[in-house]
Amino acid sequence: MAALAHDGHHGHDHHEESFVSKYIFSQDHKMIGKQFLMTAVFMGIVAMMLSVFFRIQLAWPGEPSDFLNAFLGDRWAPDGILSQDMYLGIVTIHGTIMVFFVLTGGLSGTFSNLLIPLQLGARDMASGLLNMFSYWLFFISSILMLASLFIETGPAMAGWTIYPPLSALPQSISGSGLGMTLWLVSMAIFIASSLIGSLNYIVTILNLRTKGMNMTRMPLTIWAFLVTAILGVLSFPVLLSAALLLLMDRSMGTSFYLSDIVVGGEMLDNVGGSPILFQHLFWFLGHPEVYIVLLPALGLSSEIISTNSRKPIFGYRAMIGSILAIGFLSFIVWGHHMFVTGMNPFLGSVFVFTTLLIAIPSAVKVFNYLTTLWKGSIVYTPAMLFAIGLVSTFITGGVTGIILADSALDIAVHDTYFVVAHFHIVMGMSAIFGMFAGVYHWFPKMFGKMMNNRLGYVHFWVTIVGAYGVFFPMHFVGLAGAPRRYYDYSVYEGFNADSFDMMLDLNVIISFFAILSALGQGIFLFNFFYSIFRGQVAPQNPWRSTTLEWTTPVKHMHGNWPGALPTVYRWPYDYSKPGMEDDFVPQTTPLMEGEEEH
Amino acid sequence: MGSKLIILLVIILGVIAIAQLIRVNELTAKHSGRREEDIPHRDNIFNANMMLAFMIFFYASFIWLMLKYGYTGLGPAAATHGVETDWLLNLNFVIIIAVFFLTNTLLFGFAWKYVKRPGVKAFYYPHNNKLEMIWTVIPAAVLAVIIILGLRTWNDITAPADGEAENVELFSYQFGWTARYAGMNNVLGEFDYKLTTADNQYALKTRDNIELSLEKMLVGSPGEEGIKMLEDKLNDESIIMSKTERKKLQNELSRKERMVRLLEQMALTYNDSIDDLVNDDVILGDSLVLLVGQNYNFAMRSKDVIHSAYFPHFRAQMNTVPGMTTYFKLQPIYTTSEMKDIMKDQNFEYVLMCNKICGGSHYKMKMAVTVLGPEDYLNWQRSKTTYDGSPWLNFDEKERATKEAELLEKYKAIAETVANN
Repeated sequence: MAALAHDGHHGHDHHEESFVSKYIFSQDHKMIGKQFLMTAVFMGIVAMMLSVFFRIQLAWPGEPSDFLNAFLGDRWAPDGILSQDMYLGIVTIHGTIMVFFVLTGGLSGTFSNLLIPLQLGARDMASGLLNMFSYWLFFISSILMLASLFIETGPAMAGWTIYPPLSALPQSISGSGLGMTLWLVSMAIFIASSLIGSLNYIVTILNLRTKGMNMTRMPLTIWAFLVTAILGVLSFPVLLSAALLLLMDRSMGTSFYLSDIVVGGEMLDNVGGSPILFQHLFWFLGHPEVYIVLLPALGLSSEIISTNSRKPIFGYRAMIGSILAIGFLSFIVWGHHMFVTGMNPFLGSVFVFTTLLIAIPSAVKVFNYLTTLWKGSIVYTPAMLFAIGLVSTFITGGVTGIILADSALDIAVHDTYFVVAHFHIVMGMSAIFGMFAGVYHWFPKMFGKMMNNRLGYVHFWVTIVGAYGVFFPMHFVGLAGAPRRYYDYSVYEGFNADSFDMMLDLNVIISFFAILSALGQGIFLFNFFYSIFRGQVAPQNPWRSTTLEWTTPVKHMHGNWPGALPTVYRWPYDYSKPGMEDDFVPQTTPLMEGEEEH
Repeated sequence: MGSKLIILLVIILGVIAIAQLIRVNELTAKHSGRREEDIPHRDNIFNANMMLAFMIFFYASFIWLMLKYGYTGLGPAAATHGVETDWLLNLNFVIIIAVFFLTNTLLFGFAWKYVKRPGVKAFYYPHNNKLEMIWTVIPAAVLAVIIILGLRTWNDITAPADGEAENVELFSYQFGWTARYAGMNNVLGEFDYKLTTADNQYALKTRDNIELSLEKMLVGSPGEEGIKMLEDKLNDESIIMSKTERKKLQNELSRKERMVRLLEQMALTYNDSIDDLVNDDVILGDSLVLLVGQNYNFAMRSKDVIHSAYFPHFRAQMNTVPGMTTYFKLQPIYTTSEMKDIMKDQNFEYVLMCNKICGGSHYKMKMAVTVLGPEDYLNWQRSKTTYDGSPWLNFDEKERATKEAELLEKYKAIAETVANN
């Protein structure tokens, strides 16, 4: 162990760590990353189960199901039929958990923590203590959110966007009682966690790069995490203030969002507030949030596609430029969620313009991915499959964004299943695929074991067929005029037979694929947990990668590198460089005489 | 119970099956010395072929969906602006579907073609500024066209309604809609939410309604205590109540006193001539009836939470927001009976539904919409009465025939404007 002692502040490393300090209150970024991942996996399972519940209701409305009764009990699924209120409750919690707990906390929390110090050549995060707090706040907020599912009046039921007055008035729906309070408190804690985490990521990236690691030698993963963290720091506080104002309207008699309301026979004396104000504040976070979810996934897949095509990522600088452009633009497009709120139409026009601009850096990214694959020598690890899947969903979901960004068209499809299809493909599927790709790719780094590839293949093919099978037909349901968050479509019954039949047909197909995809995730869970304990022991650099994380020992240690920190001499994408013996040159290899960097 | 057991059994068997498969896999790997990080050539080729197979399956499913469900079931747009929207929507679809096929084909095609083959090295190609410029500029140019066309349509849709447009209010509440027509003067009567009572659901502003509200605040109504009762209760020493109960009553009292002050102010400044604006309004609780070709200017408001007025067949949508009025204008172009023929469905009806989550029964919040031709519309109008109980078409008996004939001519001219559609 003495050999592991190195610069100053890591002198304590030779102590045997206790179970608590190693696995629970750990300040080691690798362990914290794993804690985020485990929590997110659990939350993901919950949110996926919730989606299965409402898919059963949508495909077979009003048909008793023992399955629903077994999980939801007589309170929320009497006689096996999901109650109207709980339907909205599980829709709300499904969205909240997926967006915030799985795709923000889970994705960014896991991989920013794991990869930022490892890929930059740092011993740990700038502040290990804050990093630990970040996780435990995330954990507490997860518990509170889950707890809200089990209370008498049910969880928040106003949709994950919790628009007031519905979310402000317990008289309007039962979930706006204690459930909503828990939602707000949980989110406030979540935001604190996210802010602490993001600040830590930014400081670490800016200050703790090892010798030679210029900003333009950073892997694209790090660029993505950096911009993600900046977006989080700038936008989450706005959601926090929105949530606090809502909390005050609910509990202290203020009128930020309330005006002229008569609800349940009671005339409220709130005057002068505006429900639209909430939407502005919410979407000022809400839209950057889309990229907080998406950018890390794009960063991970850039790395994975380059490694497994054995080619440099095409247009490294253009990729950085697009990440920055997307990050900047994401702050001036929030109004496209509000075209039908009665917002000034001129303001709407401005948002149409800015929103459609985002298509340009997105297109650049797609074409750069395609060119990276072109004339590559593609190795199909499960991670590579998911990364390619991500590019496909990013395209398929992205193009329909052009319709939704166009206010004149949005008024026809706003809040229909067309929107549900769009954001589930472009944000949900892409980010989840990115996350799976990341887990398969960095599993050897996280757990020192290999996952089973063939199970990974089955998992990927079931998932891509299943998930497209769920979300692709939703475009057609939406164009047929089906509003989202509807408990059933009897509203069309009897007088618009074509639309109604179509919704019935397609909803059965969609639910079938939803159940298939959910079962498919069982393969992943099995592979994941089985491999942690029984997987083949990983070699140091299984994917023949250039980046620094693969120069650390397989067995985790505090401080990451046993000796001095590595020095970086080149960019991270020297794959198949002409004149080199191997098809990859690690970043730690000095440039040869006369060699151009890239 | 039976199905629970079956589900459990399937899950257990599934896990066992996977575990067995993995063990077989492990044993063969051990036997051949294969390691997970070395992907066998066979696996690479398998996945590359799957990429191609998936692409074909994906495209085939898309085409099948388009053929079977691409007609949407909603029929042609039934409002003037909707025709423009549909045209633009189709244009956008052509563009994005082309991009979808092009890029996905390149993606899955490359994924299939450039799979690792023994002895073939990847092509080192880090960047090419010219190429990158091309795929920045071309999307930008296409988007410019999309933006310009989109904004032109948007400006048309959101331009203020012309003076001839008929004003109709859509009033939304948990969980239903009410339509209020502006009547012969085409001006909607005023409202104030403070005037809401069981007898004045829509909070319309008339002298009588103000008096009624004041009285209810002071005296109370069934189920609600008025100021006088509250005062008596608070002053009655024989009633024992807890501190919180007392506090609650005091709050209730001061809220009512505030309301009374506001209502008294309203009464003082009220001009009785405003009564007329309300009196000739026509309120319709169960359906919305429109005249084909008429320009409508809908003013929307909400009693409680945000709702959204969604007319799928007109391609129109606007939120209703408590505390503010929102507007949407539209001109229906097919009568309901014309639409029945177009849709080849004799049960077809237009519908107005709520499209913003508003509570448990959100999905049931709808109102039937009927679009009538000139004669039918006039007939329908004849049977309706206004807020103060007089007939909507309040003509002198002597003039009635001529006035109605004039009206019919006017309606026919209006219908004529969309007859070519």
